[in-house]
Amino acid sequence: MTETKTIRQKEDQITDDFSLFDDWMSKYEYIIELGKKLPLIDETYRNESYEVKGCQSKVWLNAELKDGLLYYKADSDAVITKGIISLLIEVLSGNKPEDILNADMDFINKIGLKEHLSPNRANGLNAMINKMKNFALKYSGENVN
Amino acid sequence: MDAHTSNIESIDITKIREEFPILLRKISGQPIAYFDNAATSQKPLSVINAISEYYETINSNVHRGIHTLSEEATEAYENSREKVRRFINAQSSGEIVFTKGTTDGINLVASSFGTNVVGEGDEVIISEMEHHSNLVPWQNLCESRRAKLKYIPVNDKGELMMDEFRTMINEKTKLISVVYVSNSLGTVNPISEIIEIAHSFNIPVLVDAAQAAPHMKIDVSTLDCDFLAFSGHKMYGPTGIGILYGKEKHLESMPPYQFGGEMIKSVTYDNTVFNVLPYKFEAGTPNIAGAIVLGTAVDFMERLGHENIHNREMELLAHANKLFSEIGDIRIIGTAENKTSLISFIINGIHPYDTGSILDNFGIAVRTGFHCTQPLIEQRFKLPGTVRASFAFYNTFEEIDRLAAGIRKVKSMLL
Repeated sequence: MTETKTIRQKEDQITDDFSLFDDWMSKYEYIIELGKKLPLIDETYRNESYEVKGCQSKVWLNAELKDGLLYYKADSDAVITKGIISLLIEVLSGNKPEDILNADMDFINKIGLKEHLSPNRANGLNAMINKMKNFALKYSGENVN
Repeated sequence: MDAHTSNIESIDITKIREEFPILLRKISGQPIAYFDNAATSQKPLSVINAISEYYETINSNVHRGIHTLSEEATEAYENSREKVRRFINAQSSGEIVFTKGTTDGINLVASSFGTNVVGEGDEVIISEMEHHSNLVPWQNLCESRRAKLKYIPVNDKGELMMDEFRTMINEKTKLISVVYVSNSLGTVNPISEIIEIAHSFNIPVLVDAAQAAPHMKIDVSTLDCDFLAFSGHKMYGPTGIGILYGKEKHLESMPPYQFGGEMIKSVTYDNTVFNVLPYKFEAGTPNIAGAIVLGTAVDFMERLGHENIHNREMELLAHANKLFSEIGDIRIIGTAENKTSLISFIINGIHPYDTGSILDNFGIAVRTGFHCTQPLIEQRFKLPGTVRASFAFYNTFEEIDRLAAGIRKVKSMLL
């Protein structure tokens, strides 16, 4: 059951999955498949206040807290971007805000994704992670209260 | 006669490519196919070497020393200015101002000349296809002067609508600033005609020639433009150096843009007498190395010859157009009759970012996004961006074949 897995376990799972691919093309194809499957965010969230700044493609991200756990939904107009967010959501969604804040997201380096991202695109990736962590920060406060 | 073959022979491509060391680089294990020339061109060895040669032999500050090095640096600096004057056929070297680049030149005119001539209720005309560098300075000027900024519309082929332009001019029009060659569409605008029309109403014209300088002979005397700005780094020269040409009568009438050393004749605690042209507009220690080496880039282009460069690039464009038309599902943005060697496109149903990301993994460098013409791409053409492949003479037919194959692969992966 994915719900019971920790962030670290999910990261390890993705790292294992990616180790099966021997070239960047298969990795991209996998990311593209994930992107095509990513559930769309509700139309009401596709506006500027949910937009992640710093990406060349448009990215919208929202998070909701349920029973102390944070769940993300996102969308993008570019498929590869969607695939990458899908990985981030897979790892972070359904966890306590505090655990999300502590996640080092090391799997991104391990799966060799960053080396295929130009600095501009890596900035976009960092912007997405920052936005996700900002949600966690916002809700971790509420949680404590 | 086979024009195709004869033109290739007039520039020995294999040999000339050896002058560009960066073209030997591999990206993702493959030889780089560099198609981002409209953003910045690669540099030949003569340019690269001239930079170190300057620092190794004559580095010193210009215009002020009495020692030999300073005199030599000053001489090289002024020789380069003279080369540029000749290159664009200006009347005097006082009309050639060294700037940081096109953006800097346009900002200079907007701040100095613009503030002089544009007042409340006046109008400035630019076009819908301007680079942000020839749009934002005017937006800013018009806002601060409470003036109106008007845009010459662009048709679906990416050409300026000249009939509309004629109706936009009135007694309130104080300045027209238009791009010579569009950086995102490749369109070569009828700049002579625009200047002629403007001048018949006594309106000065600034020409943004950033994308024209690498591809065609610029002749400011024939064009009769009032101002013209371009950058060194797009025409095989170093970054951080550019040229603003201005007619002497305008430059004389304009207040300085920045204040400090170099631009003064004498200073007392009470006031300052400004220096003569062009130094009035070159405050502070200039980019001496950049300015000198821009002259080397001019030498390089003249050695190749504008006609040879043009012919070669038109062959590359024709080759790319032919291959693109065979791929299908491609929409080319900018299909003007008169174009430079640039193709802006989208693959139907695929975000430009996805296309660019995958092509990069094939060692193919293209640009994706708005290309600093966000209103044109987003508001005029209603697109989230385009993929832009811009060719320089040193690109090869084989590289363009790889681009076409890469696009086919993108389609198979994403559609």
